[in-house]
Amino acid sequence: MLRSLTRLQRYYLYYTGGFLAFIGALAVLEQHGMPPRWIGYAFLMFTIAMYALIGIISRTSDVSEYYVAGRRVPAFFNGMATGADWMSAASFIGMAGTLYLSGFQGLAYVIGWTGGFVLVALLLAPYLRRCEQYTIPDFLGARYGGNSIRLVAVGAAILASFVYVVAQIYGVGVITSRFVSLQFEIGVFVGLAGILVCSFLGGMRAVTWTQVAQYLILIVAYITPVAILSYNVTGNPIPQLVYGEVLQKVTHLENRLFDSPAEIEVRQLFHERADVYAQKIMQLPQSLNNEREQLSTQINQLKASDAQMRDIVALERQRRELPHDPEQAKVRWEAAMFSAVERSRKPIHHAEAFPGDTEAEQNILRINFLALIFCLTVGTAALPHVLVRYYTTPTVHEARESVFWSLLFILLLYITAPAYAVFAKHEVLSHLAEIPIAKLPGWVTAWAKVGLVSIEDINLDGVLQLAELSLNPDVIVLATPEIAGMPYVISGLVAAGGLAAALSTADGLLLTITSALSHDVYYRIIRPDASTQFRLVISKSMLLVVAVLAATVAAEKPGTILSMVAWAFSIAGSAFFPALVLGIFWERATRKGALAGMVVGVSLSLYYILRVEFDSIPWLGISGFGMEPWFHVQPTAAGLFGVVAGFATIIVVSLMTQPEPGAEDFLTKIRLSNGKDA
Amino acid sequence: MKGKRHLYWRRTRRLTFVLLLLWFCVTFGTTWFARDINQIVIFGFPLGFYMAAQGGLVLFLVIIWWYNRQMKKIDIEFGLEDE
Repeated sequence: MLRSLTRLQRYYLYYTGGFLAFIGALAVLEQHGMPPRWIGYAFLMFTIAMYALIGIISRTSDVSEYYVAGRRVPAFFNGMATGADWMSAASFIGMAGTLYLSGFQGLAYVIGWTGGFVLVALLLAPYLRRCEQYTIPDFLGARYGGNSIRLVAVGAAILASFVYVVAQIYGVGVITSRFVSLQFEIGVFVGLAGILVCSFLGGMRAVTWTQVAQYLILIVAYITPVAILSYNVTGNPIPQLVYGEVLQKVTHLENRLFDSPAEIEVRQLFHERADVYAQKIMQLPQSLNNEREQLSTQINQLKASDAQMRDIVALERQRRELPHDPEQAKVRWEAAMFSAVERSRKPIHHAEAFPGDTEAEQNILRINFLALIFCLTVGTAALPHVLVRYYTTPTVHEARESVFWSLLFILLLYITAPAYAVFAKHEVLSHLAEIPIAKLPGWVTAWAKVGLVSIEDINLDGVLQLAELSLNPDVIVLATPEIAGMPYVISGLVAAGGLAAALSTADGLLLTITSALSHDVYYRIIRPDASTQFRLVISKSMLLVVAVLAATVAAEKPGTILSMVAWAFSIAGSAFFPALVLGIFWERATRKGALAGMVVGVSLSLYYILRVEFDSIPWLGISGFGMEPWFHVQPTAAGLFGVVAGFATIIVVSLMTQPEPGAEDFLTKIRLSNGKDA
Repeated sequence: MKGKRHLYWRRTRRLTFVLLLLWFCVTFGTTWFARDINQIVIFGFPLGFYMAAQGGLVLFLVIIWWYNRQMKKIDIEFGLEDE
């Protein structure tokens, strides 16, 4: 049977077998007392060594190999590489958590991130492949001509990719620090090394074959824990098939628990707390002084009445920890107020679509759900690091086939994520709610120590109510091995999977940024006569600079940059999608039209995000420019406006300008296979 | 020559358009009515939830599969298949 496989398939089969044997060996060693920390190290070392090995074997000094892997990647493997390229640390760790917290509403990500590949298949992939370029700005340059459009495209590609790559490296830092207890900053630079070992020497060729290896690890790591959990709960190890039944149980539990008197009482208490904070914030700075005086009086009274020293020290600490000035008090109390408001809300039913008390509320949720899906699909079909993968197949037919494989491999993870969420919810509702706090399962206390789970017994009844529990979204995937009572080796596997997801995406993004700078800006615009050797030198040095820059930013733990990742879809979607699609399907689209459309689309998206998200930007000296969202659309779906405006602008401006003379020849080439004359 | 080329592109475009329409209905149609179709239960799931979590995804895969199949046929018919 092995004979019928290609050489590549055999290699990866051996590789997968080797990896499974490695897990088995570690499991045996754990039985014999290998400490968890060593297991973490073993996974880290083994996987990064594998990636480095593939990187070194695939080293290259050929331009076509470096940028598009020599256009020799078979559809099946390109699909796997795209899967790893596409699924980031956020998909691997964060998505199941988002689905846990927001129930049906979170499915916008599942459907949006998969639906985008239909657009890639029908509208883009075959045409990009036929055009035989190296990058996405290249394609736009070839279609519309001129350097200005190339520069705008380079700018948008970097804007969308850089924050994304920072988030991946940040993810590596989080995973290594949590599982191997490396210091966060060191973890970031381990991640940097992991990225550079494959992309530096071999460019796209090395990244492709590493991504295939990373896909195999991440999918095994994602499915194993939930399959075991599913077997434990339902007796069927295929979670995707049986979680509907578990979802029904969850709904029953929700109906019983949500309106129990204790839950209502707890929510009321949180509501009151939120009110107290609101009042205190309104009465600043007086309220802060009052509080300090009150504590002082209490301390003095205690001192006079020869109370326990311990109580006095506790109160004094409380006084010391009060905010120093009204500014700080406002920030801290607002955070406390929002968290209390959050907990005082009635929880949502997991399966309910658009939960709202009134028709109007439901419609706002419905509009946002659809707007977000739109943004995510269009953004998926416009992210340069994904599109560039379809340059690497041998033929146009294989480019089409490889979109199919990409979606199939991505589906495996996205179809599993909602199952994770439902199983976790089932666990929480049946084994945590209404349980005495002293008797909670071990995983709760373990993750509470790291700060990912927090419990506050606000009504002091010693029993956990749902509203008293808050979970960080990341904990769902990270804690599932422990919830299912599995040995530590599975936790190590999950960490290796998260690492693979983050590294593979970072590789692809980094290469996109690098080739935009070295190929599009340097070679195409600054020095078209550069020798191939020198072009590669420039590429490699750019790669190094960008990677170090991204790691440095990630090491700063920038909170805002992480929330900016969601914007990448709006930015990429409004910059590239209209210009690419109209460029392929509409002969009349002109350079001026495309240029105007790209600039208008991106600007509108950015404008919307900034004005809705922020009220002021201190370092620009702007304040008070916040605005109400249009049609209640959240800023994460800003691309809705950007994409529509982009299409409209391209059409209007193109009709007002002269048709491009070169368009017809170009379109004849990309619309027909092989460019042969028919 | 030119006519044949036109026909090839017209066929491609029509296929693309039809499948795109189907994609649009799956992506935005079923989700718009998710609340209403949630009353129906399929494999233990409320239908609206099922479509967004599994059904829609599988349909996407089928759309791409069908497109590839038809395009291959068209390519062969016009003698444009890759060697």
